[in-house]
Amino acid sequence: MTEVLQRLFWITVFPGFLFTVGLGLFASWIVRKVSARVQWRVGPPLLQPLYDVIKLMGKETLIPEKAQRAVFFAAPLVGLAAVLLLSTMLWRITIDPKTLFVGDIIVAIYLMVLPSLALIFGSSASASPHASIGTSREMKLVMGYELPLVLALTVVIIKTGGQLSLAEIAQQAPVLSISGMLAFLVSLLCMQAKLGFVPFDIAEAETEVASGTLIEYSGALLAIWKIMQAMMLVALPLFLVMVFLGGFGTSLWKGLLAGAGKYVLILVLLILIKNTNPRVRIDQAMKFFWVYCGIALGVAVILAIIGSYYNVNWL
Amino acid sequence: MSWKIWSLKKSPWVFHVNTGACNNCDIEIVNLLTPKFDVERFGIKLVGSPRHADALLVTGGVTAQAAPRLREIYRQTPKPCVVFCIGACACDTGIFRSGYHIVGPVDKIIKEIDPNAIIAYVPGCPPKPEAMISGIVKALSVL
Repeated sequence: MTEVLQRLFWITVFPGFLFTVGLGLFASWIVRKVSARVQWRVGPPLLQPLYDVIKLMGKETLIPEKAQRAVFFAAPLVGLAAVLLLSTMLWRITIDPKTLFVGDIIVAIYLMVLPSLALIFGSSASASPHASIGTSREMKLVMGYELPLVLALTVVIIKTGGQLSLAEIAQQAPVLSISGMLAFLVSLLCMQAKLGFVPFDIAEAETEVASGTLIEYSGALLAIWKIMQAMMLVALPLFLVMVFLGGFGTSLWKGLLAGAGKYVLILVLLILIKNTNPRVRIDQAMKFFWVYCGIALGVAVILAIIGSYYNVNWL
Repeated sequence: MSWKIWSLKKSPWVFHVNTGACNNCDIEIVNLLTPKFDVERFGIKLVGSPRHADALLVTGGVTAQAAPRLREIYRQTPKPCVVFCIGACACDTGIFRSGYHIVGPVDKIIKEIDPNAIIAYVPGCPPKPEAMISGIVKALSVL
């Protein structure tokens, strides 16, 4: 009984829902504030993302007449559940590395695809032409960035000697090598696309397709999407920290400081890429991910294999 | 004051509707959203879909073509929402008053489908961005 309660506490309060949502809203405030400072503005107050979510909760939720109601309602919840599971899993591994199960990096890959899939289902259920354009772009984008991401994680698995558990991978820092650095840079761009940040916000393009995938969502359902995006802003950089940058370490305070520093570093990199690039077209994004990132990662995989065969750590 | 209205005041997302304006007010609205005035300080954000909006910034004196679209956009906006008539034409059809194609003003069209709609007026030809900020603050403070 106590074990069940403890697990519920993990999922709903501490490393799970409340903690991650709080941290995610704070992170999305950082994104907006830093973007504002880059544009020489003052920017929103600290609690602005929280006000937005509370306001959306209080608004009327409109359902389009021709929408497929069940999918339209279920999609945001599925996405939220996937991100919740992912962030709880990552935090549990960080806090207590002994609770690992082998192969959790593969589960993490699956859980990271689910929010995009939920977005595709939800928007295609909303029966709007703008949303269907957004859906098709999101689908192409998912196909574009999934291949480089999986290849980048393959490099990590080779570099760490065939480890499939995140707790074991987090002991080492594959970024301190040529192939690891290449894989890190490419997966940073993949995270940019997963978060829907600017060079790759093609599916949500406000100026062309009027918010694309999210166009028909309003009120509480839109609030769930916003919460999901805020949680992804915690979970995805945390995943990169664990996989590439050596995680939080074992000692409490030093590990906490180092982990927070690495998380902020990745967040700031994402924000700077977001603020210094214009939106690309979908065909440019596909070409970028498949051709350029694909070639870079092919080289990285070969280097990693050579490095592990001859025991050269810096390759 | 209920929490719904309180949070609406903290983050009014706006959607821009042109119902046949001469583009002058639209330029001033775009001016309002530039870094110089930085309305994100008050949580004001321009959104791409009326379903995300809390306030409609309507410009123009409502032509016969635009009136059904304006009604449709008002119906698509989740309530509670505020309609802002930006500029002389939106407030009172302005210099286009006797035009054959004008069916407005905006408040008449909106009140046809929702008599209890919250409508605020910012006159001027065009109103300055400062006037719009002042109008939005005044409208939100009496909500």
